[in-house]
Amino acid sequence: MQTASLEKIFVKGNEAVAMAALEAGCRCYFGYPITPQSDIPEYLSRELPRLGGEFIQAESEIGAINMLLGASAAGVRAMTSSSGPGISLKQEGISYMAGSELPGVIVDIMRSGPGLGGIDASQADYWQATRGGGHGGYRIIVLAPASVQEMYDLTMLAFDLSDIYRMPTMVLADSVIGQMKESVTPNPRPDTVLPAKDWAVRGREAGEVQNIVKSLYLGDGEMEKFHWKMQARYQELAEKECRWEEVQTADAELIITAFGSTARIAKTAISMARDAGMKVGLLRPITLFPFPKKAYAALSGRCKLFLDIELSTGQMIDDVRLAIARDAEVSFYGRPPGAGSLPTPEELFEQIKKNYPAHV
Amino acid sequence: MKQVFARPESLKDVATHFCPGCNHGSVHRLVAETLDEFGIRSETIGIASVGCSVFLYGYFDVDVIESPHGRAPAVATGAKRARPDRIVFTYQGDGDLAAIGMSEIIHAANRGEDITVIFVNNTTYGMTGGQMAPTTLPGQKTSTSPYGRDISKDGSPFKMAELLANLDGVAFSARVALNNPKNVLNAKKLIKTAFRYQVEKKGFSFIEALASCPTNWGMNPLDANQRVTDEMIPYFPLGVYKNTANL
Repeated sequence: MQTASLEKIFVKGNEAVAMAALEAGCRCYFGYPITPQSDIPEYLSRELPRLGGEFIQAESEIGAINMLLGASAAGVRAMTSSSGPGISLKQEGISYMAGSELPGVIVDIMRSGPGLGGIDASQADYWQATRGGGHGGYRIIVLAPASVQEMYDLTMLAFDLSDIYRMPTMVLADSVIGQMKESVTPNPRPDTVLPAKDWAVRGREAGEVQNIVKSLYLGDGEMEKFHWKMQARYQELAEKECRWEEVQTADAELIITAFGSTARIAKTAISMARDAGMKVGLLRPITLFPFPKKAYAALSGRCKLFLDIELSTGQMIDDVRLAIARDAEVSFYGRPPGAGSLPTPEELFEQIKKNYPAHV
Repeated sequence: MKQVFARPESLKDVATHFCPGCNHGSVHRLVAETLDEFGIRSETIGIASVGCSVFLYGYFDVDVIESPHGRAPAVATGAKRARPDRIVFTYQGDGDLAAIGMSEIIHAANRGEDITVIFVNNTTYGMTGGQMAPTTLPGQKTSTSPYGRDISKDGSPFKMAELLANLDGVAFSARVALNNPKNVLNAKKLIKTAFRYQVEKKGFSFIEALASCPTNWGMNPLDANQRVTDEMIPYFPLGVYKNTANL
C-alpha cells in the first residue's frame, strides 16, 4: 500500500479514478483511447511505470478487456476503462469474465449514443451495465458515483467488492463527473479482509491442484449449477452491499430518484423546492446492481409519489417500478442525452412543481 | 529394464477426445515433452482457445486460462505482464488465430510479448463441422465452400508464419508438419526452440503446425497425411522464417 496524503487535492473525476486504482493496488491497466475517459489511460501511462506496473494501450477495446481477463486470472488487481462504444465491444470479454468468476474493474464514462453519438454526458448505458450487457445471462456489480470524491471512493470499493464476490465490477459515471474538477480527500486503501485468490493461475508446484479459469460447462447439469451458484451470489450482494443516499426523505411528499450527475442537479432543484415550502426528498442509488430495492420499498410505504429523473428516455425507471410499493406511483422526466440536453436545476424545479401532489 | 518411452509428465493420463488421425494429440505431446525437458511444467500457464483445442486443460497438467474466441494472445499478454516470471503459451487453431483473432495475434506479436504461440493449421474449422477457414486452400471444398474456395471472392489463404516473420516484434517464426516421422522430429526440435526463446527471455515465438483433420476432410488418416504432403506443404512451405537469436 502506498502512503496516501490526506490533504485535499483538486482533480478531475477521471484522474480521481486513476489515483484510487493505484491506491487500491492496481498495477495492470489496459485501455484504448476514447473521449471522455482518456484522462484515465493518460494518467496511468505516466504513473504505472514509476510503480513497476504495466500499462498497455491495447490494439482495441476487445484486446484491452481480454488483457484484463488474463491479468485477473493470474491473480492481480487490474482495470480497464472506456465509454459506451468501447464498453459495447468489451461486453464479450465481460461475459467471459462473469462466466469464469473473475474479478476486474471496468470504468464506463458514459457518452451519448447510440452509435458514435456524441461526447456529452449520458445515462443511457444503464441497461447495458446493469442487465449483463453481453450474452448468456449474468450480472456484474455496478457503482454510480455522483461526485469526484465518489469517483475516488467507489473505484477503491470496486476493487474490494470485485475480489470478494469474484465478479467484474463497473464504475458507471458520465462525462460530467469524469471531466469536472472538485476537491477530493485521497483516502487510504481500507484494510478490508479479502479472500485468498487460490483459484488464480500461477504455475503448479508439485502436489498443488490444477487451477483452470474457464467458462465452458458441457457436463450434464454443470451449466445450471453454475447459474444457481451465481444467483445465490447476487442474492448475497443484495442483502449485504446495497448502498444509497437519502436527502430530506423523512417528511417528503414527493421523492426524486436519480443517480450520478442527474442526482447532483436534482439536489439543487430540491433546495429550490424546499425554499418554496414543498416537501421534496431524494433517493439516490449508489449501487445500481445490486439495486437498493429495500430502500425504495421502505420509503414508498409512506411516500406514494416518486419522480424518476434520468439523462435518457428512461432505463433505471424499470428498476424503480419493480422496487416501490404497489400503491405508489412513479412519474418520469428525462431527456435523451446529447449536446444541450443536460437539464438545469430550474427545469427540474418546474418538473417538481408539476408533479408535486395537489392535496398538500 | 530400461524405459525408452513414456507419457510426458506434463500430460495427464487420460484419453483425448480427438478424432482418429488428428494431429492435435501429436502437437500436445511435443509441447508437453518440451515443458518436461526444460523443467518448466510447474511455472507454465497455458491459454486455451475456442475450437477443438479448448480442452487443453483436460490433457495438459498445467494451469490454464480458457480464452474467448481469437483472444488468446491478448489473454496471454495480460497473464504474462501480470506474472512475468511464468512461461505463457497459447494454443490456437486457424479460425481462432487467423480469422476472428487476427487483430490480437498481430498486435501481441508486434509488441514482442514474451510468449509462445502454437498455431495449429488444418485448413478448416474442426469443432464446428468443417467450415471454410482463413487457411482453406484455393479450390478446397468445405461445408461453407461447397464449390471450393474461390479466391476471387474469399481471398487467398493466410500464410501466418511468413506474415508474422515480417514484424519487427517477432523473434522466432517457423512452420512444421506432423505427417511423417521426419517431420515430427523436426517439429519437436522447432517447438523446443520456440519455448527456448521464452525461457531465455528472447521474445515472441511462433510455431505454425500443419495438421490433418481426417473427419472434416472426409479422408482416412493415411490419406489425410498424404494430403498434407501433396497439397498443404506446397502452399505452406515448411521451414524457419525467422530466428533472430540463432537458437
